[in-house]
Amino acid sequence: MTQSDTIMSLDALVALVQDGDLVAVPRDGAPIAMAATRALIRKGARDLRLLTVPTSSVQADMLIGAGCIARIETAGVSLGELGQAPRFNKAVRAGDIAITDTTCPAVHAALQASEKGIPFMPLRGIIGSDLTRHRDDWRLIDNPFGEDDAILALPAIKPDVSLFHVPLADRDGNIWIGRDRELMMMAHASEKTIVTAERIQDQSLLADEQLAAGTVPALYVTAVAEAAFGCKPLGLAGHYEDDTEHLRTYAAMAKTDEGFAEYLDQYVFDRVAAAE
Amino acid sequence: MSYSQQELLISVVARMLGGLGHIAVGVSSPIPGSAALLTRELSGGRTRVSILGSRDNNSFTDGGVELFDCAAQGRVDAFFLSGGQIDGHGNVNLVGVGDYPTSDVRWSGCFGSAYLYLLVPRVILFRDEHTPRVLVRDVDFISAPGSSAPNTYRKGGPHALVTGKCLFLFDKDRKRFRLESVHPGHTVGEVTDATGFDFDLPDGGAEAVPETPPPSDDWLALLRGTVAGAVAETYPAFAATAFSNPPADTLSA
Repeated sequence: MTQSDTIMSLDALVALVQDGDLVAVPRDGAPIAMAATRALIRKGARDLRLLTVPTSSVQADMLIGAGCIARIETAGVSLGELGQAPRFNKAVRAGDIAITDTTCPAVHAALQASEKGIPFMPLRGIIGSDLTRHRDDWRLIDNPFGEDDAILALPAIKPDVSLFHVPLADRDGNIWIGRDRELMMMAHASEKTIVTAERIQDQSLLADEQLAAGTVPALYVTAVAEAAFGCKPLGLAGHYEDDTEHLRTYAAMAKTDEGFAEYLDQYVFDRVAAAE
Repeated sequence: MSYSQQELLISVVARMLGGLGHIAVGVSSPIPGSAALLTRELSGGRTRVSILGSRDNNSFTDGGVELFDCAAQGRVDAFFLSGGQIDGHGNVNLVGVGDYPTSDVRWSGCFGSAYLYLLVPRVILFRDEHTPRVLVRDVDFISAPGSSAPNTYRKGGPHALVTGKCLFLFDKDRKRFRLESVHPGHTVGEVTDATGFDFDLPDGGAEAVPETPPPSDDWLALLRGTVAGAVAETYPAFAATAFSNPPADTLSA
């Protein structure tokens, strides 16, 4: 893929997500592509299967409320200090979305299996949790190197798309992730990786030995769109903080169907601003 | 010196952390996080603390995967879990109440509990709300089991349960909680009424249950100074209200 193919607009980027895709997104604290999330809602994405790596907050809640999600596999969706995730909770209780509950390291292990191109990954713990009763895709196997040592085997998960934000990209489509190494794992494991970048620089990230160590090479990157403040209202470590005031507004408005619809109108579709 | 309820609970948790090498703290855990940071201060920095969601108090460079790999290797000595329901066998429910999956009440999900509860030697359960709806006879969904069959690979599990009213210690052999102390202003009778599961009393019965000691003046000074400042980075809302005399820079955060 040449650079002209990889660098594109935000709308062109989210057009790469097809209805029904298995879409992987990172946890809070890692950079969340919120500008792209709003663009996905505007384009009317439907029937997505969302994989949170391994948890999510306002991103999953908003996509669920907007009707983009048919199924979610998650170790947890909450708004952190701001409480429960209202759209997620309502949709699960009502059966509006299918849920596959999991636990954080099981998501990582399943993606690592994909990364390595192997069919499954064994993982300690979890045995005795009711998760195993509801996961008919998980298998308890005997440790082939031990004696009377049961261990859980998790099938590889290969997302159709991984979507996240990065602080920096270059014109070749290399992206800098720094210490948020699960983004590397997600890119390795996914069919497509689509990324918004705070800034796109001309000089190759691979030309700088210190930046190269935290860089996912363009080999794994399908598309990059420049989106300054692309995590807002969430923060980007080292760049800007969570917009707590806005997140409080979201938490309050998302409590009711009407409030959430109003939120979408005002902050996602921008209809209020356009009318003024 | 007078103290807030949060300062008392922090000190209860911190008394169980002394001398540990590496304490990890999950998301949405400001009281355990404060206790871990207090322990680090008291250790002169020898105790390492990793708070998820923090940049200042978290040295992981391998992303969200690292805590879990670390735990499976035995590099994490203590961790904290809460629960929408916690039962008398130490089972924890973070999923919901009623028939799964379309529960009557739905919570966030299991997070890392199903894994860390089996792998971290000292897991301290923390829940401020001490009511029969939280402390139940049997949880509706076992996110993380309090005990396991003897042939299950298990390196850790419940050590204690701290609530707003008392401290229970977990007896691994009996697979039950024992009432260790009752916080000032509360009674054993009140604890019994508010607890949905049966628990053991010390030899000597209810009369022999001591009152939870208050935090010392030294600890309160550390909490209101260094610890409050450090906690504010991850839990600004908590830090602004939890400490009786928060420093000015915390109030403005």
